[in-house]
Amino acid sequence: MPDRKFGFDTLCLHAGHVPDSETGARALPIYQTTSFVFDSADHAASLFNLQTFGNVYSRISNPTVAALEERVAALEGGRAALAAATGMAAQMVALLTLARHGDHIVAARTLYGGTFSQLATTFAQFGIDATFVDADDPEAFRRALKPNTKAIYAETIGNPQLNICEIAALAEVAHSVGIPLVIDNTLASPYLCRPFEHGADIVVHSVTKYLGGHGTTMGGILVESGKFPWDNGNFPQMTEASRGYHGVRFYETFGDFGFTMKARMETMRTLGPTLAPLSAFLLLQGIETLHLRMPRHCESALAVARHLAAHRAVEWVNYPLLEGNRYEKLAQRYLPGGAGGILTFGVKGGAAAGERFIESVQFLSHLANVGDAKSLVIHPASTTHRQLSEDEQRAAGVTPEMIRLSIGLETLDDILWDVDQALEKSQR
Amino acid sequence: MPIVDDIAGLRRVLTRSRVVAVVGLSEHWHRPSYFAAKYLLDHGYRIIPVNPNHTEILGEKCYPDLASVPGSVDIVDCFRHAEDIPPIAAEAVAKGAKVLWMQIGIRSEEGARIALAGGLDVVMNRCVKIEHARVMGGLHWAGVNTGVISARRPA
Repeated sequence: MPDRKFGFDTLCLHAGHVPDSETGARALPIYQTTSFVFDSADHAASLFNLQTFGNVYSRISNPTVAALEERVAALEGGRAALAAATGMAAQMVALLTLARHGDHIVAARTLYGGTFSQLATTFAQFGIDATFVDADDPEAFRRALKPNTKAIYAETIGNPQLNICEIAALAEVAHSVGIPLVIDNTLASPYLCRPFEHGADIVVHSVTKYLGGHGTTMGGILVESGKFPWDNGNFPQMTEASRGYHGVRFYETFGDFGFTMKARMETMRTLGPTLAPLSAFLLLQGIETLHLRMPRHCESALAVARHLAAHRAVEWVNYPLLEGNRYEKLAQRYLPGGAGGILTFGVKGGAAAGERFIESVQFLSHLANVGDAKSLVIHPASTTHRQLSEDEQRAAGVTPEMIRLSIGLETLDDILWDVDQALEKSQR
Repeated sequence: MPIVDDIAGLRRVLTRSRVVAVVGLSEHWHRPSYFAAKYLLDHGYRIIPVNPNHTEILGEKCYPDLASVPGSVDIVDCFRHAEDIPPIAAEAVAKGAKVLWMQIGIRSEEGARIALAGGLDVVMNRCVKIEHARVMGGLHWAGVNTGVISARRPA
């Protein structure tokens, strides 16, 4: 009998965790321990040689963290996953497993600012070069390819432009030269989009956002599809004897989860941005309701977008699934279940009116995060992008009147009420 | 009998088997066959190395072929190229083995046909170590999507 293909909602609750064999505990135990005892000297040697699977030290693996890893791997329809302390750490581990000194990455120009800085500044210090191109033009990615390019990197939904990535087209460009497509799927979450179904090879997340969902806990994760042919000649680090792990050939030995094993045993083990077990537990509590939260985020965000589009104090509204949006067609293809909870709009009256709006909201929280269960608001021109000139802000897609909303799970009428009363005050 | 390719079937095959003849076992510790054999030893299986180039591997006496192996064999685990599988399948049938297991990357329809006709279970293109770890819980350690969904306490 073929194995049952369980539904997404079931996976949100069960994947990666069965009751504890020792105690029968139904909830996931928090293994708050740094280390794990060896049965014998031979057992220790087998573990270190990867000849038997098991825990040695929580910087490398931990049973509570493993439950999160397997759950997200299952939700993405991937083969294996590796958790990290933050989303930034997860993408760093993914990219440093792919690229080394002298290599090159092609990335979307619209990347989240932190990611842009990681590639443009920090990776440059390591001798890894990045070219940033028009995120809407797959041919621009193709033109930027070099013989030493090791990955194409883009986001399902950009922030704050809310541009939608044409994943299948970018996958075709990447695969035409035998390199993987890495997609940051944070703002969609696997509930709305599973990039592997469109040809992506590696997915990364800031689990801090919709997956965790509560705004309590930092975390990141990388997932591999298990389908990339690492023996195509472009990734000798996957096929040759590892200098970092005494001669293991990761692809030959671990096959379709060889990339995750290399990321774990070399990159994570030596750089150390590990996720804490308690954090993994808290993030898993959030994932148990991902399938209930995401539809609500999307419905309320679309309702707020439509409401704002008809408001006299609003110049423009940007939400990918709003009628007439430039990304509407791509959103219908890649995000048929909803375009997430984030939207931007322009308040009439420029930066001053934008600041007045922010100061007037009552329960929308003014802070620099997205994907919380609570509704969040920020005026990028006076906060996250304050250090830039107006021209530089425009180049980054930030205009003086732009407000970004991350729509939460409150009563929709209350969200609309708070937006309305703040808009009214912004116009005084 | 169909090819075993589901969690329940793999669990049945791995649970009822104890003696594994590893055909093509390498003496080098960093080779996949050595990884798999060492793993099986560590998980309570008896390993019989089959390799004409050696007399002993992993502390176990090594035999040149299946026919020379004394006693019964449950699983014939093949680390050989696909074209070498049909004669090994015939030897496995003659030996009275229960399972012909072709490792990851190895597919031989002819070998499978011979073994199935001889009443053996057949596993194809799967690693015995990875599948044991996947269905018995160990692979979960590596963050792998095992596909196991259950509210039962593991034995």
